[in-house]
Amino acid sequence: MTVARKSGLLHLSVLVALIGLFFMLPPYHSGNLARIMVLAIYAMGFNILFGYTGLLSLGHAMFFAAGMYGFGLAINLGGFPLLPAFLIGMLSAAGLAAITGFLALRTTGVAFMIVTLMFAQTAYLVILYFGAYTRGDEGFVIQTAKRSVMGIDLTTDSARYATALILFGLCFVALARLVQSPFGRTLVAIRENEERARMLGYDTGAHKLKAMILSGLISGVAGAAYAMLFGYVGATFATVQYSIFPLLWVLLGGAGTTIGPLLGVFFMFYLIDFSSSLTTAYMLIAGIVLVVLTMFAPQGLMGEMRKRVFTWLP
Amino acid sequence: MLATLEGAVIASVLVLTAMGLSIVFGVMRVVNVAHGEFYMLGAVLAWYVSSVLGVNAVVGFVAALVLAPLLVGLIAAAADRLILKHLKYDPDRTIVATIGLLYIIQQTTLMTFGPDARPVAPPFNQRLALPWFEWGENGLEMFWPWGLSITSYKLFVIAAAAVVLLSLWVLITRTKLGLIMRATQQDSETALAFGIPVGRVYSVVFGLGAGLAALGAVLVVPIQQAHYLMGADPLLLSFIVVIIGGLGSLPGTVVAALLIGMSDGIISVFFSPTLAKIIATFLVAMVLVWRPQGLFGRAVT
Amino acid sequence: MSNGTSKKTDFSRRSALKGIAATTLAATALPRFVQAQSASPIKIGFQKHATGIGAAYGRWYDATTQAAVKRINDDGGINGRPVEIVIEDDGTDPKRGAEVLEKFANQHKVDVAFGTLFSHVVIGSAPRAGELKLPYFVVSEGHHVASGMLNRYTLQPGITDVKSQVQSMAPFVAANLGKKVTMIYPDFAFGHDHRDFFSKAIEAQGGQVVAQIAIPPSETSFTRYFPSIPRETDVVYHVMVGPAVLTFVKELGEFFGPSRPEIFGFIDSLEAVDITSPGLEFLEGTYFWEGMPRHAQAENSVFDTAYRAAVGVDERGASLSDSKDVSTYAHMFGCWETLNVIKAGMESADYKGPDDRAKLIEAVEAMSEMPHSMDHPQGPKLFNGKTHQVFGQQYISKVDGGTLKVEHTASIEDGMYEDEVDYTAQSF
Repeated sequence: MTVARKSGLLHLSVLVALIGLFFMLPPYHSGNLARIMVLAIYAMGFNILFGYTGLLSLGHAMFFAAGMYGFGLAINLGGFPLLPAFLIGMLSAAGLAAITGFLALRTTGVAFMIVTLMFAQTAYLVILYFGAYTRGDEGFVIQTAKRSVMGIDLTTDSARYATALILFGLCFVALARLVQSPFGRTLVAIRENEERARMLGYDTGAHKLKAMILSGLISGVAGAAYAMLFGYVGATFATVQYSIFPLLWVLLGGAGTTIGPLLGVFFMFYLIDFSSSLTTAYMLIAGIVLVVLTMFAPQGLMGEMRKRVFTWLP
Repeated sequence: MLATLEGAVIASVLVLTAMGLSIVFGVMRVVNVAHGEFYMLGAVLAWYVSSVLGVNAVVGFVAALVLAPLLVGLIAAAADRLILKHLKYDPDRTIVATIGLLYIIQQTTLMTFGPDARPVAPPFNQRLALPWFEWGENGLEMFWPWGLSITSYKLFVIAAAAVVLLSLWVLITRTKLGLIMRATQQDSETALAFGIPVGRVYSVVFGLGAGLAALGAVLVVPIQQAHYLMGADPLLLSFIVVIIGGLGSLPGTVVAALLIGMSDGIISVFFSPTLAKIIATFLVAMVLVWRPQGLFGRAVT
Repeated sequence: MSNGTSKKTDFSRRSALKGIAATTLAATALPRFVQAQSASPIKIGFQKHATGIGAAYGRWYDATTQAAVKRINDDGGINGRPVEIVIEDDGTDPKRGAEVLEKFANQHKVDVAFGTLFSHVVIGSAPRAGELKLPYFVVSEGHHVASGMLNRYTLQPGITDVKSQVQSMAPFVAANLGKKVTMIYPDFAFGHDHRDFFSKAIEAQGGQVVAQIAIPPSETSFTRYFPSIPRETDVVYHVMVGPAVLTFVKELGEFFGPSRPEIFGFIDSLEAVDITSPGLEFLEGTYFWEGMPRHAQAENSVFDTAYRAAVGVDERGASLSDSKDVSTYAHMFGCWETLNVIKAGMESADYKGPDDRAKLIEAVEAMSEMPHSMDHPQGPKLFNGKTHQVFGQQYISKVDGGTLKVEHTASIEDGMYEDEVDYTAQSF
């Protein structure tokens, strides 16, 4: 079997497994899985920039929030129907990413981290400043009646799961193809050695900007999907903490792997859920696990798999 | 006027915390995300020390001033030995590890110290009011309006920060330890070849950086209170200061801390506070965009 | 305003005796549901702020909840069944809050969920409560329930909302402290509610807000904001939340020195903080809103005394085991009262299990007057079934010798406003 076919089969089987799990799992866990898929979209968006292009952003929460608020405000204030509102959410995130990318990509390394962090902090404060529309930190609810499309009520368990799966599947397959395309390979080349990529004649600046926009767009899809499926829009999702989460997920699952983000979110979610039923100190356990993982599995779960077992993993 | 003095107090605490971060980054090339938690630990330990000694505010405070940074420094050095050393100071992995450390410290504090904010009594605290002169009905009148005042303790904080900075400067430029640190900073491999125990230097530097943060916290805790979530803000601000000042540039760090501490207060005179924060944050980001190496850093070639 | 009396004596002797009887029974008698011990418990999911910025409140909400459940169980439980509290930490985070509600409904299979304080957690969780058809009783004092933003499954029967609290303060402030008010509040939704509702209410009393100073979130030093207080100010109205509250109040004192205007604050600015902490001496003679008087009053109601004993709080509102450990007394009574409302609702609906959840909500919606009693130790209340919001008396206390003494009791009527929603018109 060729590498391309192997990986195609792998991605297909992940999606089939996710469909099957809905029928096998009790409602609590299938509900969790819907959530995990939405957050995994966010992690995948982050992974494009961090895992494949090698740019560490600490401000991705602003793209998630842009998608969320673009969608939520379009529905509640603009009176748009669901699908156009979703599109507005995606466009707001992509637009914000374009502007941020244009400015922030002048820097690299630690300075890039800080610049994105500061932009995200500015975005968070802007949300609070326009409290008359956004209700600030408190956020607002998108009423159940407005969360249906073509007569399908998205707030039922099965519709929610199906929607999350479709969105996740689209992004998952699209990204899997993308990273094996010439564009994706160029990004990896930039990650490994930007100087050499430039010498080889690639316009690295344009590639990085495109990666940034794509990354912001996908993160925005996740934000809009979260608001659509769970009915809440709030400034908490724009805080620094929510910029750090995707970094943790991706590092845990394996940066620069296609399945890593999903695994990372899954692992973190159940780690917190499980340990919080044992002790209130679940963040302590999460902290210890993080330290141990970085010490003994520095490539993340999928990264270690790739290193030891499946060298062909995308 | 008042805004300037208040800004100076904020800046002097900030400069100590940021200096700790700057030294760690400069020498070890490690971005220590748990830096804010070492700051918090300093404040919490100050509360423990002063409430165990209890009787006298001055004795308790002085003891805290010595013990808290020392203990925090030891904890940090131990963390360096146990964790960072095994990561070989890889930039990405140390970030994740220090995020893990952040959670560990924060939650341990929550479980032992609790969620409440706790005050530490200042060793002395007089309100110094400043008079105001105005041309009134009977010629020049002097009166004591509300607002025009500062406390003696706040002045002490400014002075103390200056003393610590000076001794730090002496330590780095005039002592053997400083020489070793600078050598390691410039080229750790050559330093190793010359028989400098780089591993031990790293532990000392990491401990020193954390100790500086703790010292800043002990100074601030009689003004504010010890709380288990207090580390987030100083971390963010220190990052900004270190970057603006130029990575590893100590004079740059001092100037940037003053700039940030003061500008916040001054901008807020003209705009509504939240808008001022938005503008200040955005400006800092823009400075970095146009001068990524910081105001005092040399361009990396 | 003169319709507020400073001492509450309007409870009847009979109800007082009943209250005392209940407490003594609780202390001495054997549990009455001996045969019901084997009955499966009624499970109540408690969304607790165990970590995150709400942790100081969460701890005391927990203590009050445990005390209230102990009393209910000692009295024979609900419909002969014991009550079991299932605690999950929401991290004071709206995302985790919603996840916890799902866990309650689908994993723990609780009968109802309850207990949340922070508004963003309530608003983040409430849509899921509606979709899961899980009755969700919040103790948040936010205006989100009565504003119509939430849904039929979300109720707030144990604590008055911020709109009502703020509105009922205006008559006293205008009549006794001054007409020109400067407001200092946190620059997010909670603070904006104070700004909007109070500005309107004080204008109705012929007063005026001369300056509004919004403090950005996560601020740790405040002195630089105070120079914007205009000199013509008669009264400073302050409200602040978060870990830096003590700094805020201390710096306010240092700023003014001896020549201060009148100061009126919401006790939120000093919740869980000892009012005799160093640096707070200047508060002597200033006024505070209190949801429930932290310090036991000279003629204390029997209910308050018994409630303090049950929760484990002394007459200065601090923990019995550590007098420096001050409770969130002005808010936590809401947990106690909400649990008693759940009990009363379940009994009148003859609640058997999750299939009766709609009946339970209808039973609570049918409630209206709640007399001052052991079930409602904060004071008498009026529940509005249409808006799912309860209204109660509010207290204004003056600091006198380091003790908060109630000066004025704002009546329930002072805090009433027009309905903004009719939840009973929504389907289940």
